[in-house]
Amino acid sequence: MENPYLPYPVRIDDIQIATEDKSLKTFKFVFLNEGDEEKFAYHAGQFAELSIPGVGEIPIGIASSPVEKGFVKFTVFRAGVVTSHLHNMKIGDIMGIRGPLGNWYPWDKLENKNVVIIGGGFAFTTLRSSIVYMLDPANRSKFKNIDVVYGARSPGMLLYREELFEWERRDDINMHITVDGTDDPDWKYHTGFVPQVVEQNAPKADEDTYAIICGPPIMIKFTQPSLTQLGYKPHQIIMSLENRMKCGIGMCGRCNIGKELVCKDGPVFTLDQINQTPKEY
Amino acid sequence: MKFITIDKKDWTQGIDKSRKTYQLFGPVTDENGCKIKELDADVAPDMDYHESVMSAKSVLFPQSETILTTSLNEAVDDHHIMKRAENTYTPRAILGIRPYDAKAILLVKLNFDTDDYRDPYWCDAYEATTLVGLGITKPGPFDFSTSVGCGPFCEEGLDILLADLDDHYLAKVLTPKGEAYAAACGFDAAADDKESQALFDILQLEAEKNITSRVETDKLKDKVLLDLHEAPFWDDIAFACINCGTCTYVCPTCWCFDIQDEVKQKQSSRFRNWDTCMSPLFTRHATGHNPRGAKVQRVRQRFMHKLKYFLDKYDQGIMCVGCGRCVKSCPVNIDIRQVAHTMNTFEKKD
Repeated sequence: MENPYLPYPVRIDDIQIATEDKSLKTFKFVFLNEGDEEKFAYHAGQFAELSIPGVGEIPIGIASSPVEKGFVKFTVFRAGVVTSHLHNMKIGDIMGIRGPLGNWYPWDKLENKNVVIIGGGFAFTTLRSSIVYMLDPANRSKFKNIDVVYGARSPGMLLYREELFEWERRDDINMHITVDGTDDPDWKYHTGFVPQVVEQNAPKADEDTYAIICGPPIMIKFTQPSLTQLGYKPHQIIMSLENRMKCGIGMCGRCNIGKELVCKDGPVFTLDQINQTPKEY
Repeated sequence: MKFITIDKKDWTQGIDKSRKTYQLFGPVTDENGCKIKELDADVAPDMDYHESVMSAKSVLFPQSETILTTSLNEAVDDHHIMKRAENTYTPRAILGIRPYDAKAILLVKLNFDTDDYRDPYWCDAYEATTLVGLGITKPGPFDFSTSVGCGPFCEEGLDILLADLDDHYLAKVLTPKGEAYAAACGFDAAADDKESQALFDILQLEAEKNITSRVETDKLKDKVLLDLHEAPFWDDIAFACINCGTCTYVCPTCWCFDIQDEVKQKQSSRFRNWDTCMSPLFTRHATGHNPRGAKVQRVRQRFMHKLKYFLDKYDQGIMCVGCGRCVKSCPVNIDIRQVAHTMNTFEKKD
């Protein structure tokens, strides 16, 4: 078995500013060694440790999709030591990626189901990965209706804007894009917070409908009642959690919620599972 | 199974002989008390020690250990590409390890050697290590090992168990690793199996009689995890705690660690250090949000991990071997035995 602490060497192939306030950037990496991309085979919903020698590591959700080949992408918010350093790195720089880590959205269980994706703010990365995966011609027929509610503070803070508007024009996915507020008179989409857009636009739950939520704790907290009102039961609400992590492989001991380790037993849990653990996230 | 008699006059000579192939660790006593550490060529283990301040866990899990290295100098080939640090894993033996510390290594193994991932640093060290235990004939007042599936002559995890019989040791060789170590020392004076086992049984009974401290943990398994987590007693338990982390460092079963990078003259190292769940930084997010930001949450985490999460996850008992070090070392007298009792007897009021 290989050393789980040893990252695959990668080169930064592209860097895009992702939001108008420049607090998020999307990094595209290519693997230096042949064969490493295959070893890194991942599912939508997993994360990886971005590993900068001499600086440290950060756990970040994988924003590219398993159906996109030749590279991996991560959208990173500048917050601490490692992310700040990463934001100052250049195309061509060498660093490492360790993973894929954690579990993923339950794609087997979601087959032949309606899927409602709910995201807010920066937490749209693994959701983007999921949407691209589901919309892939090889996969789209596996799922019934797909609805997406995605909100940000302002239009310029929405991630992956071009893709969002492209999905908006398709007829095999129902997009419900919203912003907290905007002074743009031409804004064609929703205005308002995610919970209220969910309540007014998301489909009512039946046995075959599942919701995937990713977002800041406050959004998750206020979206739950909206979903409950629409008839979603705890096992139909799927969430991805974050906690401080170091090893990413269930050994260093800090990311636990009760006996579950967010890095290894998660980050994806159903609300049913979360209701049985201490709320230490 | 095989018993060997080792005359104490031959002990030092024997272990010195083993130094050709083994790196030796053992109890060393100085003005700061007894520690398990590497034995320099001219140092013999202090086999008369009672308790060591720190456990033997550091032999397999050093307090600070380099795991990866690379050069940041762009003129060097392979710069910024991390490689495993060149640690050596030559055979090593821990002499005089207490049975509870050996059992603790088996519990820690559950964390570092899993079906999904193998921690190569801990596992390679584990595989290289032979554990030569020393039975406890005079248990200290903090020892409650018999309450938690261990004991003064517990063999779990050991390769050899020694009994101190004044002028000689009686050695019970438990594994092929133990046989190899005895052979490397030249210890080969066979003792009668039946008589020797009878002697071990007596010693064990005598020693266990001297352990007066008991704690019941039998009901923990059936408690509802969230009931214990939300129980009203945590504020009282945590009240005096100063979050110093001593309990976690002296504990033979605490394995939590941190990973940090360091750069010296363009040479970068990634290493891991012992960490402690008592520290607020242990769980603080980059945003400042902290899921265990309050002291009581951290104290609860430590006891819930040892006495409930671990038990529920592995079904191999609690994560405690009853050495009593945390009880003895705690500056404010927080006692895991009382906490275990409180948890074990807790009934949720509806």
